Amino acid sequence: MVKIAIYPPNSLILADLLERKGHTPLVLQKQIRQKIKDPEIDSPPMNLTSDDPIKGLKYAAIEVPSGVRGRMSIIGPLIDEAEAAILVDGAPYGFGCVGCERTNELSIFLLRNKGIPVLELDYPTNQDETYVMVNKINEFADSLQENSGEE
Amino acid sequence: MVKIALVSCGTEYSGVQKEIEKAANKFGAEIILPEIDLDYIDESYEKFGFSAQSSSLKLMIARAMAIVEGRSKPDAVFIATCFRCAEAALVRNEVRRFIQNNTRIPVVTYSFTERTKADELFIRMEALATTVTRRNILAREKQEGLTLGLDSGSTTTKAVLMENNKVIGTGWTSTKDIVESAKIAAAEAFGETDYKWDDVDGIGTTGYGRFTMGKEFGAELIQEELSVNAKGAVYLADCQKGEATVLDIGGMDNKVITVNNGIPDNFTMGGICAGASGRFLDMTSRRLDVDITQLGPLAVQGDWRNAMLNSYCIVFGIQDLVTTLAAGGSKADVAAAACHSVSEQVYEQQLQEIDIREPLIQVGGTSLISGLVEAVSDTLGGIDVIVPEYSQHIGAVGAALLVSGMGRRQDDK
Repeated sequence: MVKIAIYPPNSLILADLLERKGHTPLVLQKQIRQKIKDPEIDSPPMNLTSDDPIKGLKYAAIEVPSGVRGRMSIIGPLIDEAEAAILVDGAPYGFGCVGCERTNELSIFLLRNKGIPVLELDYPTNQDETYVMVNKINEFADSLQENSGEE
Repeated sequence: MVKIALVSCGTEYSGVQKEIEKAANKFGAEIILPEIDLDYIDESYEKFGFSAQSSSLKLMIARAMAIVEGRSKPDAVFIATCFRCAEAALVRNEVRRFIQNNTRIPVVTYSFTERTKADELFIRMEALATTVTRRNILAREKQEGLTLGLDSGSTTTKAVLMENNKVIGTGWTSTKDIVESAKIAAAEAFGETDYKWDDVDGIGTTGYGRFTMGKEFGAELIQEELSVNAKGAVYLADCQKGEATVLDIGGMDNKVITVNNGIPDNFTMGGICAGASGRFLDMTSRRLDVDITQLGPLAVQGDWRNAMLNSYCIVFGIQDLVTTLAAGGSKADVAAAACHSVSEQVYEQQLQEIDIREPLIQVGGTSLISGLVEAVSDTLGGIDVIVPEYSQHIGAVGAALLVSGMGRRQDDK
């Protein structure tokens, strides 16, 4: 089974599709959940503190805005863990969203350059395109399963 | 409770959300997020016309739209985005303009870093809360009785004694120990009259040391300097009716406030780059070995084009100054360049964010530096800049004016 980074990294639909195939989707919700459960931290709503953007320096330089670095401190470790990735372009807010487009550009770039299998898709605009998209995701998930099985 | 709508991008991920809420709570205000649904986001940003790539900025636009369309009814708005984000800077400015053009809700903008702490936001939140809750005080146009205004600034402490709508005594000293400096300035103000501490009806305090002074002297009014300075400026410049802009280039931060009928309705407060502050001029005068009072006249004689000191950083600004002097530059040109540099940077960092409404009233200690006043006028395309009498005591005058009618010390005796 493979750890798959998804983009948008908080898409419940993508996460569900991959879990059904037995893979582990790397999603933002799990990272944020850890933050919220930590009793030492008290900075709602996401419990990020001013130390988190500093951790984000690993992924983005000091001249990058703090919001981007804060996001990268959460998303970056997911990218580090990723063994494959599915990137959906042009998704609306309801499909998943991390808000900052600069963060999105950097995260997608890092995933593309990681040297892992990457499936890139456009968000569907009608039912037929939706079937095609789901099929492509399933095929991609199956191929990863076969490869990991071969190893 | 005053409801301040937060229209922002990146506050949660920068770890400053809590600091913003802490700053608002300190002044009895509550941060609210204008609630909207997903469809409304698309509808809003299409109506607004700015197609930002970041969806958080689209959400920000939708929240601003919700305020303008009355779906959310806050008392004030705090607009904040990450420092250095170009897209956010564009949206922040346009959203501010949109809310100001379509509502009468007071707005403050701020660009934050992960190091932004509640203390840096206090004055802004207090000013927002004041304009909502204390309009009756700000509406005061005339000083009555005998009142003392104390302004403890980052560099100097000022005192002003007013009686029956006139300034009758002033005091000015450098800020060291807050209370002792205030006592020295007040003694100077009383020294110009026959009055003593026991004779005053009320005391108003403002500036960074306002709480400490207020507690020590039992002040009837403790007020941040944004609303106090704005009120003092329109009072002294006789512009209490209609519109005006107040510019205060301070020792540590700069304030630009637009005023309508004596009540501030928008303000920005800088403080990120010391090269754009009065402190830079203070350091320049020391390096040129001229008294600060002589820096203005010297600058008027020089040509700023012969010396470029326009660094955003005070250290690099002084470095430019040193190399210019070392290369044989004249003192007058360097003084002119220093004034021009400050005025240009205040314009770039703040004035361009505000829709300047004439007249422009320049106040604070730096308004006595004639070269700086001239540079501000030049930077703004030659508009008239009013420097009223007692402009260097503006906060103390404003405090003495606003506290009048609140003090009952003589009645209580």
